Amino acid sequence: MKKHVFIIGGGVAGAEAASQLVKMGFDVTLAEKETQIGGKLNQWDRLFPSKRKAAEVLDFINKNLVDSKARVLFNTEISKISKQNGGYKIYAGIEECTADAILISTGYDVFNARIKEEYGYGIYENVITSVDLEEMFRNGNKIFNSNKEEPKRIGFVHCVGSRDEKVGNHYCSQVCCVTAVKQAMEVKEILPRAEVYCFYMDLRMFGLQFEDLYRESQEKWGVNFIRGRVSEAAENIDGTILIKVEDTLAGRPLKMKVDLLVLMVGFVPSAGTTEIGKMLNLDLTPENFLKPADEHLDTSSTNLKGVFIAGTCKSPKTIADTFADARAATLKIKEFLEGSEK
Amino acid sequence: MNSFDIFVLPFAIGLYTLLIVFFAKVFDWIKHLPVGDRRKIGRGIRSRKLFGVVKEIFLESLIHRRIFKVNPLLGYMHMSLAFGWFLLIVLGAAESKIYGRDLLNTPWDPIFFKYFKHDTNEFHSAFFNFTMDFLLLFVLSGVFLAYLKRIYARLFGLKKTTKHIFFDRLAIISLWLIFPLRLLAESLTSGIYHNGGFLTDGLGSFLAGFMPVGHLEYTAWWLYSLSVGAFFVALPYSRYMHIPTEILLIAMRRFGIKTTTTFTNFSQIEVYSCPRCGICIDKCQMTSALGNEKPASVYFLNTIRAQKVKPGLSFDCMICGRCEQYCPVGISLMNHRLVQRNKLISNGYNFQFLKNGIPEKARIAYYAGCMTHLTPSIEKAMIKILEKAGTDFVFIDKDGGACCGRPMMLSGNFEGAEKLIEFNRNNILKSCADILVTSCAICYKVFKSNYDLPLKVLHHSEFILELVKSGKININKSGLRAVYHDPCELGRGSKVYEEPRELLSHALELVSTGYDRENALCCGGSLGNIMLGYEEKNKINAAVWKEMMVNDPEMLVTACPLCKKTFNKNAPVPVRDIAEIIADAVQISPVKPNHQLAPEQIAG
Repeated sequence: MKKHVFIIGGGVAGAEAASQLVKMGFDVTLAEKETQIGGKLNQWDRLFPSKRKAAEVLDFINKNLVDSKARVLFNTEISKISKQNGGYKIYAGIEECTADAILISTGYDVFNARIKEEYGYGIYENVITSVDLEEMFRNGNKIFNSNKEEPKRIGFVHCVGSRDEKVGNHYCSQVCCVTAVKQAMEVKEILPRAEVYCFYMDLRMFGLQFEDLYRESQEKWGVNFIRGRVSEAAENIDGTILIKVEDTLAGRPLKMKVDLLVLMVGFVPSAGTTEIGKMLNLDLTPENFLKPADEHLDTSSTNLKGVFIAGTCKSPKTIADTFADARAATLKIKEFLEGSEK
Repeated sequence: MNSFDIFVLPFAIGLYTLLIVFFAKVFDWIKHLPVGDRRKIGRGIRSRKLFGVVKEIFLESLIHRRIFKVNPLLGYMHMSLAFGWFLLIVLGAAESKIYGRDLLNTPWDPIFFKYFKHDTNEFHSAFFNFTMDFLLLFVLSGVFLAYLKRIYARLFGLKKTTKHIFFDRLAIISLWLIFPLRLLAESLTSGIYHNGGFLTDGLGSFLAGFMPVGHLEYTAWWLYSLSVGAFFVALPYSRYMHIPTEILLIAMRRFGIKTTTTFTNFSQIEVYSCPRCGICIDKCQMTSALGNEKPASVYFLNTIRAQKVKPGLSFDCMICGRCEQYCPVGISLMNHRLVQRNKLISNGYNFQFLKNGIPEKARIAYYAGCMTHLTPSIEKAMIKILEKAGTDFVFIDKDGGACCGRPMMLSGNFEGAEKLIEFNRNNILKSCADILVTSCAICYKVFKSNYDLPLKVLHHSEFILELVKSGKININKSGLRAVYHDPCELGRGSKVYEEPRELLSHALELVSTGYDRENALCCGGSLGNIMLGYEEKNKINAAVWKEMMVNDPEMLVTACPLCKKTFNKNAPVPVRDIAEIIADAVQISPVKPNHQLAPEQIAG
């Protein structure tokens, strides 16, 4: 009889793992709480570094998943998981399934920018997040401020909810720096006459071609980078945003008026990740992501036998890394299931 | 009456040593007291304040009323020891003076009275024998509780007790022995001569049945004398110095003397008045949330008394005021911490950035404060309320302004704070306002305590309550169940407890926590402690959240922007400022449509 793998979360990691596991010859059920596959990828317009359309990647995942004929439960949340005969019993929505292994791919949430109240998200209309900006890009590349005017000056605030002990997140979310550079260039593409400023602590351009993007953004597009953390934002009567920041390279405080302020929100473990972690009593990293069994040698297993993790429920990741991580997890699952047969 | 034996010497030497050391100290303290403080004593002694002094000495030094409020059993223990011993001394002195018909008898006459006086035919003996035995029993019950407290501190409402220094141990051991030894000595004597009351004679007769009481008596009186003598010698160097010093403290405090910005001899008296009872250890959140007892006020005062103040300890305190609230002696613990900080800080600031502006004139001056600028929803709510109520106001620090000075005061930089105070004070006065309203509990505290403004200073919770009471705004009440968090600077700092509650009760249902009003916890975001990292602050905050959620509120409301920011990090329920609640409840204007995503959508 075929072994059964239950996957929780149908984002990039979950969907990719599902089709791979079917290919390996396992029975797969994928539970997704939304009505579509792809998770956060649905919210992005173009991906760094090549600016390929996110839709292309989505199509790839969807096609593979449909072709694999893996069973997909939409609109389904997990209410309970219990141990049964060496495997697990999962209460998914109205169904009860048994599984020999579980893969958790419940992903991340973006940091709730309202917590960083001094930036005025949710209070000032012209303060938006990087997610909101992607939505503008997807909705026909139109960027407007609240008065339906094209902004003349746009500021990007890096590290919102990342590397910020004040909000309890001291880790780096990895992808926001390069996303800001990508978005700044895209804004310049759409609004060539607009001034664009990025306020950063340092730029962590860790991937191949990221450094080139950073260079291109300055040389070709004239994006301005100011090293300093924005301390607060205030709203002027005309709706523009007055920001206070210290230019730490020039060593002087700065006040600047912008028409639109974009907050580069970081990664936090998703509500689903936290919930499943609690449900199964999984070990957590100090940052409250799910903790792998071994940081170097086995990043797919957990402290619970037969429960595996993949994707951004473990740590912030790029799309490429998420794919690689999902495939690594499928190998680990295969090893576990076939090993248990002997 | 001829009453001398060589065994009175330990007692006598102890007593005289104590008197000499103590009065030498008192002389030194008074001599080097600031002139102003000395004048206050001079005026106070001749005023009716003296009655208050006597009353407080009776209630606090003998009855220990404040300790009763913390825990009745702990209060009884202290009362039986202090008040019981006091009555023993008074009655013992009376007994010996009446018996000997000598008003100027020796100090040891009453102490060793039973040893020297054997005839029980005097008409007053029955009364004294009974009363003295009863009082001895009363004190012994306290001694018994003191033993018990060492084993089961929790029975007395204490989780932690003070770790003692050498002289404290010496004194406490001798103190614990004094009364059992007195019981033993008097009983043995009564076993021979039957000159005791119900307790000592009863025990004495019993012991005489199987013990050679005649041989043991003398040794017992020796031991008794030694224990009292040892206690007296150790007293000035131990925590029991608080017994005589507290009397001075109560008098001087009643005469209006305080520890403010410098360490005076009055401060020294406060330090010596600390009984090291350890009530402050439990109240300190550094202990309860972080397991760090070291910064507790009792140990901090120890270092001041020993002249070994550690800079780290001076700054490792949130200045939340919980210890001071519950200190049974009423020592100004927060000011002591700031005064020590003041000795350590450097004054390398220049204030050239302060540029005087000319504010518009209005009846009400609104000062949001730096922290409110970092929580713009509070600022927005306040402006809405001010506009809705049709008030004539000017927003003094709209473009930032200068800091109120309180954070500098908390760091001990009183001189720097003074510059900021002077600058802001001028600006406030130039607005010609009658009322100054602030949204920040921290600013409010310094406006009230240090600005000396000739106008009404209101926290926005008080101000909005006035607007509601005068009918300038109307509020819709909802069924929302919320918990109110008292900010330290507004609650314990400025004694504003009821106005925010009254105001909130117009808009929602308030549920209580175990930590309301004076007993409120610090949110952990304190500006007072510069030693704490964010991780530790988060830990403290998480512990507070646990307490706030005991009655399942749907929201947490506070009245300080810093508390709001601190609570917002790991919030299980929404956190809002009191002004936001009211701004929503008056429904000033419909919320404008917003092109941004709601957080639910982002989270999805």
